Parts: sequence; structure tokens; C-alpha cells
Amino acid sequence: MNSREKKIQTPLTEDVIQGLKAGDAVRITGILFTARDAAHQRLVSAIQAGQSLPFDLRGQIIYYVGPTPPPPGKPIGSAGPTTSYRMDVYVPYLLEKGLKGMIGKGARSQKVKEDLQKHKALYFGAVGGAGALLARYIHSATVIAYEDLGPEAIRKLQVVNFPAVVINDTYGGDLYEQGKQKYRQT
Amino acid sequence: MREISATEIFSAVVGLIQRANFILPDAVVKALKEAHEREASPTGQQTLSILLENVTVAAQEQLPLCQDTGTGIFLVELGQEVHITGGFLNDIIQEAVREAYRSFHLRKSIVNDPVFDRKNTGDNTPAMIHTEIVPGERLKILFAPKGGGCENMSGLWMLTPAEGLEGIRRKVLEFVEWAGPNPCPPIVVGIGIGGSFDQCALLAKKAALRPIGIRNPDPRYAQLEQELLDAVNRLGIGPMGYGGTTTALDVHIEFLPTHITQLPLAINIQCHSARYAEVVL
Repeated sequence: MNSREKKIQTPLTEDVIQGLKAGDAVRITGILFTARDAAHQRLVSAIQAGQSLPFDLRGQIIYYVGPTPPPPGKPIGSAGPTTSYRMDVYVPYLLEKGLKGMIGKGARSQKVKEDLQKHKALYFGAVGGAGALLARYIHSATVIAYEDLGPEAIRKLQVVNFPAVVINDTYGGDLYEQGKQKYRQT
Repeated sequence: MREISATEIFSAVVGLIQRANFILPDAVVKALKEAHEREASPTGQQTLSILLENVTVAAQEQLPLCQDTGTGIFLVELGQEVHITGGFLNDIIQEAVREAYRSFHLRKSIVNDPVFDRKNTGDNTPAMIHTEIVPGERLKILFAPKGGGCENMSGLWMLTPAEGLEGIRRKVLEFVEWAGPNPCPPIVVGIGIGGSFDQCALLAKKAALRPIGIRNPDPRYAQLEQELLDAVNRLGIGPMGYGGTTTALDVHIEFLPTHITQLPLAINIQCHSARYAEVVL
């Protein structure tokens, strides 16, 4: 583990959130909840219908992942991030319910970036296409809702030192913009 | 006429699906290593190291390289002297997909209906099969598990002949910049030029699946590939979009004759996990 990496725990506290800036490498330990397209649709439908959610979002991090099925003897299969922008439309509803972090890959909409500042929440990137490696940091996986969605079901993951990087912080920082400006040669 | 049995095709396709999902082709590993040497950004270099480590871990732990084990794309070349016995080619391929995705614990990512039901078919079928009849008595099958993230970063434009080479250059660079970190860079940019609307999209797919390092045999297109590769790598997007000098591992162009009114251009992006496997029976 790199010494410049910051170790953080879930659920996230306001101090931890405000202490992180775009570009900071982190190692996350605790619980992550998985959700992607279809699960988000159901969560938001439940919120709109005034129904209770399958888990309390306050302080939590959602990981945008649809893992491969676990081979015998392993807690999970390959488990890297999916592209995040597809979930952009659902984000405001979840932030309202207290969600404090998302892990995925790829750029977010301007609206999401502004909402992260407003609700004091973070967007993290994990390395896409490194699903076999990332599975090593996931010690258990339990389906807690929407089992019929198969790979898109909501899972509760126990992670230890899961590697990620802050893409969008609570100050308007954006690693993708900063990185591109630094190395652009046109 | 040569006979090839359904059993032989089935086993070969199951083998292709396994190989493609667990072992990254040598040319891709080589390109990632070379990119690691060249990359100017320390974060970019570290990201490339992670991708190379993932290749080792996938093999050691028998986990798929990526959790998105894709839509099954098959490019089939069927010699017209071949007679397939014991089954219909497409059924054999779909049956092999069903078997391989189950037995190798691959993710099932296909929904039955794009708009109304969106219910997971549970076995990753149907795969998308493109079959061409070619001379001879061989059957060549290429399989690629195409991930959704990079496939979504695709487009097709009916440019005007007046837009020409400049229009192509501009559109490719604009598009790769727009896609940014989404398709898991470093990418392979697959470009189709010419043909008709439908053929152009298929050309882009074939270009995306051409092995890295192989240039178009036409020197003008080969030069354009190199020029676009250099230009894409000056955009600054870098590995996973964290900034850097490696945005693409390669740019491939396939072209066809076209209509006097047209200049079709299609782009299909392939992520760094450029998985494919091929067999000739």
C-alpha cells in the first residue's frame, strides 16, 4: 500500500468527506452496497412511492458493480466498476436520503457534480477492467434485495483496503478535468 | 466438400469463450507494457501497472479479466465448401455460449427485450453472430466478449464527401474526447469508413477487433491510423481518464467503396481489456 493513500471507513463522516480532494488515493474498509441501472430504478421508484428502502443510505457508499458469479470457494467473482453516467439521473434522490459516496468509473453530469457539493458527498473512481484484482479486497458478498435482477441485485460487500481515487470532491474539484489539462498537448 | 461436425464446432466455441475471458491476448499485454514504459504521468503508470497485475491475478485465481463478460460477438467466416453436420451453425454457437457462460461462472448480461421487458435471459444468449461466406473449405470463428461501457461509446455519422479527410479527423478527435474516461482507456479506436450505413458499423467493429499493432495494408489508411493515434494520445485523457499520454493503444481503420453522395463514418471503441480469441477449423 502506498503511504500517500488515505485509509477511510464506512459509513463516511463529514470530517472525512471534507478532508478529501479530487486526486486523493484512498483505501476503503467497511461495507459497500452494490447497485447499478435496474436496482437504481427500483430504489428511486420506492422513494417516489414513499416506501421504505432495503437499506439505510445515510453515510453509505454505493459501488456501481455487477460482479461475475462467485466460483466455488470464493466470496465473489470479478468485480470492477461499471460506467457511472447511466446512474446520474437517480443520484439526486439518493443524496436526499443521505447517501455520501459512489464508486464507479467515468465522468458525471454537471448536475451530479453540483449536487455532490450541495450534499457534501464524494464520487470515487475504481480502476475499470481490473475486476479480478479488485475482487481480492472484497471479503464477503450477500444479496440483500432484488435477487431477481441477478448480477444487478443489491449486494452488501465487506471490503478491506479497497483501492479507489477521489474523482469529484465537495469543493468542485474534478480529477478527470485536472488530469486532462495537465497532460494535454494540443 | 468438407464436413465439420456440430460437436467439433461446439467444443471449439466453448474453448474460445473461456480463453477470451481469462487470458488477455499477447499483443494487448505487450501494448500495455510498452505504454507503461512511455507514459508520462505517474498516476497513469500506476494505473497501467494495475491493469497488468489484473492479467496475472485473473490467470492465478481463475477469475474473468473483467466482470463485464460482455455481449458475445462472433465474426464467422464460413468457407462455401464446408458442410456442417449435426446441427444449425447459429444454434450450435448459442448452445456453446449457454454452456460456457454457465460452467466458467461468467456474468449473464443480456436482457430479452431492449425497451419493454428488459428481463435477463439468464444464459447470456443471444450472442450477435455475423457470418460471411468465403471461398474455401475452412471455418474461421472469432469471439469477442464486448463490454457495455466501451460499446456505449460508439457512433455513426453520414458525413458529406466535402467534409472529407478533415471531417474524419475532426470527428474522431471530438468523439474520443467526448467519450473521455467512460470506455476504460487506454482504448483501441475502431473506425469504419465508407460502405453503407449498416456495413460501416460492422467495419468499425472489425477494426476494433483487429489485433493491436497491425496496420491497414493500404499505406494511406495506415498513415491515417498512425496520425490519429498520435493525435488521440495528445488529448491528455490518459489511463482510466486520470490524465496522461496513453489514451489509445491503437487506432484501426477499415474501409469500403461507397456511394457518390456519401462518406459514412463509424466509431466503435474497444476498452483496454481487448479480449478476443480466434479458431480456424
